[in-house]
Amino acid sequence: MKHHQYEVVIVGGGGAGLMAALYASKGASTAVISKLYPTRSHTGAAQGGVGAALGNAEEDNAEWHTYDTVKGSDYLGDQDSIEFMCKAAPEVVYELEHMGLPFSRNEDGTIAQRPFGGHTNNNTGKPVTRACYAADRTGHMILQTLYQQCIKNKVNFYDEYHVVDLLMSNGAAAGVVALELATGELHVFHAKAVIFATGGHGRVWEITSNAYAYTGDGVAITLRRGIPAEDMEFFQFHPTGIYRMGILITEGVRGEGGVLLNGDGERFMERYAPTVKDLASRDVVSRAMYLEMKAGRGINGKRYLYLDVTPDLVNHYATLDGRTRPDGRPYVTSAEEILGKLPDIIDFCHTYLGVDPVTQPMPVQPTAHYAMGGIPTNMRTEVVIDAKNKVLPGVYAAGEVACVSVHGANRLGTNSLLDLVVFGREAGVRAAEFAQGADFQPLPENPADFVRAQFDALRNGSGSEKAADIAKEMKEIMFDHVGVFRVEEGMQQAVEKIRELQERFKNVRVADEGKLYNTELLNIWELSNLLDLAEVTAVSALARKESRGAHARDDYPDRDDRKWLKHTLAWLEDGKVKLGYKPVVKTKYEPKKRVY
Amino acid sequence: MQVKLTIFRYDPENDKKPHFDKFTVEAEPTDRVLDLLEYIKDYKDGTLAYRRSCAHGVCGSDAMRINGVNRLACKVLVQDVGTTLKVEPILGLPVQRDLIVDMEPFFDHYKSVIPYFVGSEEMPQKEQLQSPEDRERFDDTTKCILCGACTTSCPSFWANGNYVGPAAIVNAHRFIFDSRDQAVVERLKILNDQFGVYRCHTIFNCTDACPREIQVTQAVGEVKKAIATARLD
Repeated sequence: MKHHQYEVVIVGGGGAGLMAALYASKGASTAVISKLYPTRSHTGAAQGGVGAALGNAEEDNAEWHTYDTVKGSDYLGDQDSIEFMCKAAPEVVYELEHMGLPFSRNEDGTIAQRPFGGHTNNNTGKPVTRACYAADRTGHMILQTLYQQCIKNKVNFYDEYHVVDLLMSNGAAAGVVALELATGELHVFHAKAVIFATGGHGRVWEITSNAYAYTGDGVAITLRRGIPAEDMEFFQFHPTGIYRMGILITEGVRGEGGVLLNGDGERFMERYAPTVKDLASRDVVSRAMYLEMKAGRGINGKRYLYLDVTPDLVNHYATLDGRTRPDGRPYVTSAEEILGKLPDIIDFCHTYLGVDPVTQPMPVQPTAHYAMGGIPTNMRTEVVIDAKNKVLPGVYAAGEVACVSVHGANRLGTNSLLDLVVFGREAGVRAAEFAQGADFQPLPENPADFVRAQFDALRNGSGSEKAADIAKEMKEIMFDHVGVFRVEEGMQQAVEKIRELQERFKNVRVADEGKLYNTELLNIWELSNLLDLAEVTAVSALARKESRGAHARDDYPDRDDRKWLKHTLAWLEDGKVKLGYKPVVKTKYEPKKRVY
Repeated sequence: MQVKLTIFRYDPENDKKPHFDKFTVEAEPTDRVLDLLEYIKDYKDGTLAYRRSCAHGVCGSDAMRINGVNRLACKVLVQDVGTTLKVEPILGLPVQRDLIVDMEPFFDHYKSVIPYFVGSEEMPQKEQLQSPEDRERFDDTTKCILCGACTTSCPSFWANGNYVGPAAIVNAHRFIFDSRDQAVVERLKILNDQFGVYRCHTIFNCTDACPREIQVTQAVGEVKKAIATARLD
C-alpha cells in the first residue's frame, strides 16, 4: 500500500473538481484524484448553457435570476446560497472567458445568450436570454478549458484512481483511500482537507442521460461514514431524452424555438404553462408529458412525444407567440441557424435515431438527469452533518454531489454548470484556507481495512446472483415507482424491492481475480453504491407526503408548506435508513403558488 | 439478429501473449457496439476490460478498432458495421489489458503543445470581445474530446511514437487561430520541430477516424501554412 500526503485532495475531476483544484493549488499542496481521465467527466455532456444575468442581449439582473431559482426550487432552495450563486454568476462567467472559454458570440462580440426554462423577465413573466452558451457543447468547453488551465498551473493529477473511502480522525478529515485501476493497488492519501466533487447518480434509474460513471460514489462513501444525505427524494427528470436511450436533448432546443407535440400534433404545453409554454421549468414539463402519455396522447399511443425544431414549425409558433429577436425584429429561424446552434443534437439524432431534426421531429421521453440532493453543505461548501448544520472540519463538497441547497426541489436548466464553477471555486478557496490553519490529523490504524472488507465480500459471494440482474431490477422499479410521478403504494413496493435486492446482492461474486484494470470489481462496488442511494431515495420519498418540484405524488398533489417546507436528512445506520429534517433558509422570498 | 464478435484479449498478469476470444450475442440493429460489450461483460465474461463512460460519443473513453478502423464503441451501431465484428485496442500505444491502452504517451504529446489559453496581461472587466467570424475560425477544433482515435489511426504515429500526432495539432490549432490568444508563435515553433506537423503525410486516416467529424487533416494543413508564413525566429 502506497502513502501520499497533500494538504488538499479533491475527489473527482469534473467541472467542480477542476475549478476547486485551480483555487486550492494557489494556497496549498493539492491533488485531484479521479476515476476517469478528467476530460471524460460528465460535465462534458452538459449542452445548453451556463446561467448568468449578463444582460448582453436584453435587460436582466442577478435579482431576477435569484428569484427564478428560488421559484424553480419550489421554495425548497436555501435563499442565501441561491443569492450568493446568482450574484457571483456574471463574474465567474467572465472569469471562464478570461481562461479562454470559446463562448458563442453576438454580433457586437459579447458572449451569446439564449432563453432557457424557468428563466424570466420578472416584470413581464416572459422568457429571458440568460444562458451563456458555446453552441450546444457548453459543458464540454467548460471541462476542456478548466483542464487546460490545470495543465498550465501544473496541478497534480492521479488519473484512473478510484476513491473508495473517506478517512477521519478526531471528528475531522484525515484523507481518502483510492484504488489505482492500472495496478489494482490501494493508495492512502493523507490530507488536511478533502473535497468531494464526484457528480451524481442517475444510473439508479432505467432511462437516464447520465454516464456509466455516475454511480453516486461520493454520497455512498460519506453515508457509510455516518454523514447524512440531504433531499435525496428530489431527482430531476429532464423532459427531453432520446426515446429509450435517455440521451439528453438540450433544453436549448426549446430555447431556440422548438416545441413539444403530442400524438394529436397538439402543442400541449399551452395548457400546462400558458405564459412560458415549452420553457416552463423541467419538473412542470416532465409531468405534463407524463400526463399526456398517460391519457393516451403519446405518439401512436406509445410512451414518447415529439420535440420539433423544424424551421417552419418553429416560425409558425414564434409568430403566434409574438416572439422577437433582441433587436425587436420578428423571430424567424432557418435550417442553417439551427444547424449552427445545435450541431451536436443533430449529430446524436443522425447517429442514434436516423432522424434529421431540421426536417423531422425527435422522439423524446423524460430521462433521469440530475440529483438536487446530495452531501449536505453550507454555502461555504463545508459539509454539515446534522439538523443544526454542525460542520465536519476539513470535509467539503461541491457540484452535483453536494446539496447546498441551491436547487431545492427542482433545478433550473443552466444552473448546474453555474453551481459547479461557483461552488467549485468556493471549495478550493475554503479548503486551502482551512489547510493553512490546520495540522494533519493522524491516519487511523489500518486505514484500508474498511475498504478491504467491502472488496472481500464482493469476491467471496456465493455467485448465485448476477450483478447485472440486480442492477436491471433496481433501475426498473426506481423508474416506475420513484420517477416522474409517485404514489404511496408504488414507493412502498420500491423500498421493499430495494431491500430484497440488497440481500440478494450479498450473493454476487466478482469473477475477475486479476489486479490490472479489474473493472468488474469496481463496477460491482459501484452497484453497491447505487443500491444504497436507491434505498435512501425511496425511503426519503415515501416519507414526504406532499408534492414539491420533482417529487410529485398523485396521492398528495399539493405542496404543503406548513408541514414540509424543510430539508430531508437521511442517515444509513446498520443498513437501515433513519430520517431527520432541517429548516430551509429563507431571506426575502415568501413561498407562493408556482405558476409559469 | 445474432452478432459474432472476435475480441482482442491480453492480460499481462496471466497471458504470455495476446489472443482473440469469440462471442455470439443477440442484438438489435440499433444497438451500439458498446451495448454488446456491456452484455458480454455482464453475462458472458466479467473479465473483459475496456473503458467507457458517457455512452453517447462525448467523453472519448471508448475509442477502439472495430473491423479495422478506429471508432467510439458507443457511437457506432450494429446496423452501421454488420453482424461480424472484430474488436481490437487502438494501435500505437501499449496495451495494458484487453481493449485498454496506456493513454499517457498520448496525453504527454497533447501537453507538449501549450494546449491552454494564454491571454493578455490586462483583462477587461467584462468579457474579451470576439466577433462571430473570429470565433468561427477555430470552431471545428474546439470539438475535440481527446479520445485518441485520430492519432492512433495515423501511420506516421505508428512508425514513430515521438510524432506529436494529429490530436495534439488539433488542440494547438484551437489556440493558434483564436484571435484572443497570445502564444501563437511559441506553439508554431513547437510544431515546426522534426516531430511536429511535417510528419503528417495527408493520409486522411485521422479525418476518417474522428468521431466528432473534425476536419483533422485540414487543421494540420492550416497549421503547416501558418508555420510557413510566420516569422518564427
